[in-house]
Amino acid sequence: MKSLATKLRQLQGSILTIWSLIVYGILFAPVLVIVLFIFNASKSRFNLIWDGFTFKNWLNPFADPTLAQAFFTSLGLALLATLLCILLALPMTMALERFRIKGASGMELLLVLPLTMPEVVLGASLLLLFVQMRIPPGPLALVISHTLFCLSYTAMALKARLGGHDWTLEEAAADLGASPLRTFMQITLPRLAPGLLSAGLLSLSISMDDYVVSSITAGSVVTFPLRIAGAFQREISPQIHVLSTMVLLISLVALVLSCRENDDGHQPNQN
Amino acid sequence: MKLPLTRRDLPLLLVAPGVAWLIFFFVLPLLELLRQSWSQPTSRFGLTTTLSPNPDNYMDAFSLAAPLFARSVGIAALATLVGLVVGFPLAWWIVRRGGRWKPLLTGLVVVPFFFSYLVRTIAWTTLLADSGPLMQMVRVLSLGHLLNNLGLLQDGRLLNTTTALVAGLTYNYLPFLILPIIASLGTIDPTLLEAAADLGAHSPRIFLKVVFPLALPGLISGGLLTFIPAMGDVVNSQYLGGVNDRMIGNIIADLVLIQQRFTTAAAISMLLLLLITFFLLMYMRRYGKTGLGAS
Repeated sequence: MKSLATKLRQLQGSILTIWSLIVYGILFAPVLVIVLFIFNASKSRFNLIWDGFTFKNWLNPFADPTLAQAFFTSLGLALLATLLCILLALPMTMALERFRIKGASGMELLLVLPLTMPEVVLGASLLLLFVQMRIPPGPLALVISHTLFCLSYTAMALKARLGGHDWTLEEAAADLGASPLRTFMQITLPRLAPGLLSAGLLSLSISMDDYVVSSITAGSVVTFPLRIAGAFQREISPQIHVLSTMVLLISLVALVLSCRENDDGHQPNQN
Repeated sequence: MKLPLTRRDLPLLLVAPGVAWLIFFFVLPLLELLRQSWSQPTSRFGLTTTLSPNPDNYMDAFSLAAPLFARSVGIAALATLVGLVVGFPLAWWIVRRGGRWKPLLTGLVVVPFFFSYLVRTIAWTTLLADSGPLMQMVRVLSLGHLLNNLGLLQDGRLLNTTTALVAGLTYNYLPFLILPIIASLGTIDPTLLEAAADLGAHSPRIFLKVVFPLALPGLISGGLLTFIPAMGDVVNSQYLGGVNDRMIGNIIADLVLIQQRFTTAAAISMLLLLLITFFLLMYMRRYGKTGLGAS
């Protein structure tokens, strides 16, 4: 009787394990397709059917000139938006973490709210404002809209990092007569550099991934996701997969960096 | 210091640019959305509007989008439900069996989502296509008829069906669903389960009386983090859904980009935001606002 119960439990356990492995399989299925098709010696214009193995796609990621152009447009846009984000988010999150500010909870809510909005509504509302301000859809509209949604992510990443920040060094510097600017440049900034890097990479990868908001505010500018979406009807070159994998690497570096920081954060901060 | 500033002004000075940016490019557009939703379009493309109140937009929005609202809510709810069924056992397995591999196993759930959303979804079109591996499996096992009758396939196809749309939504939001569940399951003390077993409770009873109540906050915040973005999603229905599977986000994009009926688009957007706010408030009233940021 008892052995039946343990057997039943074992069966339960193995079903659970098999289920979990299947779910992992599903999670990685599209990634497998993407990576596999990089090695595809595609004969048709659609890189959707397996035609044999090749390495050549890895060697010339920029073989498709319009795709390469879209990729670098996106990279430039992402760098600009990320720079703006950090310039806006770093002082704001630092002040919110360090000082008591009237209305702080309201400001924090304001930072999070854009994330709860459907992207299409965010894009539509920005477009309406741009129309009123006579900003045509195009480069400027793109930079503004990307900075807006990246700002929330950057601020959240920085806040998480600053939450464990020990301000005694800054206080010591101030006591010794250093100006706030000098304290920031010589003490805070170097210590925050890894956190800034991972927040920046996060913002970079989110900006390079955006399709919905860009499709509304881009005008005639073609970003990387817009080019992919446009190509879906006509041709899908393997370079799309190669370049997407490169974007993936940016995100993975961000992930590893933030994990390592969290590990550091667990150790007591005794300099 | 030449500027008439004291140290007491420093905090406000630091937050000012960020707050100004958010007010200018987040709050102001929202107010503009609200204004346009109540305005009369005066030119054909609705670029200029007069402020005369015009409830017609909302009538328009309602007649145009009411079925789509119902459909979007239904599809998002279905995707969330499927996600919970798929994701909960995995979360349980990671927490209870993961051991020292737990961080790695949790990380693996997230890794595929660092691939571009669009490219990932396009990869699914390859997997679900008529010539793709899934349909080949269906043919080898001759399940076509059965699945057709169950409504899982439409005319023997998987791509561009409601099934594919729901599956895509479930897939694309799965980490948002699983991570909060892992977090809440992690707080359950294993000795509690042993105690329940020692006292003679059977597994289903332990699950219902101990695990489920303790995991509920995670289930709800994970569910909400799937349900809310799924409701406003554009990409999945565009690539995976069929012609009848357009969602509320698609009609907004359509009205803005192609038809340029801004006032109607604004009214539909306001209704969507209202719906989302309703769900968020319901959540916050019961569970406080802490859980949402947990992901």
